[in-house]
Amino acid sequence: MERNLMKGNEALAEAAMRAGCKCFFGYPITPQTEISAYLAKKMQANGGVFLQAESEIAAINMVLGASATGTRCMTSSSSPGISLKSEGISYIAGSDLPCVIINVERGGPGLGGIQPSQSDYWQATKALGHGDFQLLVFAPASVQEMVDMVVKAFDKADEYRMPAMILADGLLGQMMEPVTFPEISVEQKPKPWACDGTKMKRKHNIINSLYLQPETLENSNISRYERYKKIKETETDAEIYLCDDAEIVVTAFGATARVAKSAVNTAREQGIKAGLFRPKTLWPFPVKEINEACKSAKNVLSVEMSMGQMIDDVKLALECRIPVSFFGRTGGVIPKPSEILEEIKKLGGAE
Amino acid sequence: MSVVFEKPHSLCDVNLHYCPGCTHGIIHRLVCEVIDEIGIEGNTVGICPVGCSVMAYDYFNCDMIEAAHGRAPATATGVKRARPDLMVFTYQGDGDLAAIGTAETVHAATRGENIVVIFINNTTYGMTGGQMAPTTLPGQVTQTTPFGRDPKVQGYPIRVCEMLSTLSGTALAQRVAVDSVPHINEAKKAIRKAFENERDEKGFSIVEVLSTCPTNWGLSPVEALERLRTDMIPYYPLGVFKDCDAKNPKEEK
Ligand SMILES: Cc1ncc(C[n+]2csc(CCOP(=O)(O)OP(=O)(O)O)c2C)c(N)n1
Ligand code: SF4
Ligand SMILES: [Mg+2]
Repeated sequence: MERNLMKGNEALAEAAMRAGCKCFFGYPITPQTEISAYLAKKMQANGGVFLQAESEIAAINMVLGASATGTRCMTSSSSPGISLKSEGISYIAGSDLPCVIINVERGGPGLGGIQPSQSDYWQATKALGHGDFQLLVFAPASVQEMVDMVVKAFDKADEYRMPAMILADGLLGQMMEPVTFPEISVEQKPKPWACDGTKMKRKHNIINSLYLQPETLENSNISRYERYKKIKETETDAEIYLCDDAEIVVTAFGATARVAKSAVNTAREQGIKAGLFRPKTLWPFPVKEINEACKSAKNVLSVEMSMGQMIDDVKLALECRIPVSFFGRTGGVIPKPSEILEEIKKLGGAE
Repeated sequence: MSVVFEKPHSLCDVNLHYCPGCTHGIIHRLVCEVIDEIGIEGNTVGICPVGCSVMAYDYFNCDMIEAAHGRAPATATGVKRARPDLMVFTYQGDGDLAAIGTAETVHAATRGENIVVIFINNTTYGMTGGQMAPTTLPGQVTQTTPFGRDPKVQGYPIRVCEMLSTLSGTALAQRVAVDSVPHINEAKKAIRKAFENERDEKGFSIVEVLSTCPTNWGLSPVEALERLRTDMIPYYPLGVFKDCDAKNPKEEK
């Protein structure tokens, strides 16, 4: 298969088109601009729509409308823009609509900075808007995974009728790596629920998130959570690296996991039994997989580009049976392998 | 026996939840008559607002989407861009369209988004119990302007059609009322023109309908119609503010 050298953001955009994305709505923000720029150039020739909205709020509500017609669609932004989209994301989830949302994270809070960050982990996995709902959250760690995960995100969003997010960061968005694009079947399942005109042949379809009867709303949430239960059982994904005999397991996702991996390799060279656990799905969090990875662990170290957010899920997944410590850099500072190695040694790895 | 009066097919055969004397129902009917007459029910998608007409999805027989508060023009944009073959309309109150959704409204208009917007101006937030709306008249008492709207404190009402008529993407901006039979007939003509504009791909059409809210105005249905005539029409004059079909040499191309 053909290999192309591409920037993460552009590879993701190309993959989205190949996955059948026909509408893109966005508002400019660093460091995801290459996604919009790429699609602005290519969407129309691909029989699709690129539209720059007046705000992230408008963009996500355009996504809601396009998705309601049964069309595969996407929006992309970075942290402050995702905050603005959160209202729309809640409505999309409440209306059981599929879509793909890209967050190329930057540092926060507030206007923050424009350098890479992972400090939207909580937002993505716990509270992307009001109400009882979840998003599928994929965390790529390479340009190839930006491609593979966006394709998967479209499929899974459709399958479960829910929004899916790619939680990337500025590092992955800007980095260039060789990628291959998978063969994609454009065949999509019919969407009988779509608002695409009754043609006077069926009852009207209603896309809605309003249920004034408490019991009806409760039932709608319960049935959504039944789907979530199935997702938690079947859709988790993780990379487990050198964990078979590992006494210290480093947990990290996205670009941070690459840095952590090199620290783990150096630790191994120095005779320290270190391993890496990298969740590829952040929601659902790979609970089974982390317990498998940590079966011989005496210590776990969560490394993140934040003040410590995923560590909560690590502790919950391990039910606090193993001590979990934290190392993070934030605000756009990328942790160095040497810093992580230092932390590994502190945990008793240095004999 | 000949049928002289019928419920439009595109209007669902259910009881509407609107208060007695509220003119939302009349406007629903006008929209449905037009949808029937042009024959587009099977190809139309309507977008509901958040406001008293939030449940209009149960009243219109075409496919319906419930939007977030103020976002209906963006949602409509998404539908229309994804499926230009569909006819798309929004139905929005003044709080929805001219306060929280101002940006979405202005930008849908300036893009010349090929949609119909039915705008219900009742000078109040009906659904939440009658607070000040962006269209509340100077001096008008509402729950949040208990001493009357004071322009020095709360600013001035927005004349939406006049504002949108300055935008090149607006194909039609017309204000109508539903307080009398002649006005209702006029309103229906405007709504029909808006849908025809969309069918003929002319751009953004808005029909502002002066409407009553007897409940929150604290008036009887008859008094409410009277207030519409004596207080609202002088501030919100009826008429066409922009019509792309009317020859106007100053209009940009
Ligand atoms: C984000 C958000 N803010 C506030 C509300 C509460 N709310 C519901 S309807 C409404 C005002 C509706 O007034 P208008 O648009 O004029 O419609 P009307 O009820 O008068 O027809 C408000 C403020 C909401 N549902 N969502
Ligand atoms: S509150 Fe006002 S606008 Fe709402 S249904 Fe009643 S009369 Fe109509
Ligand atoms: Mg109102």
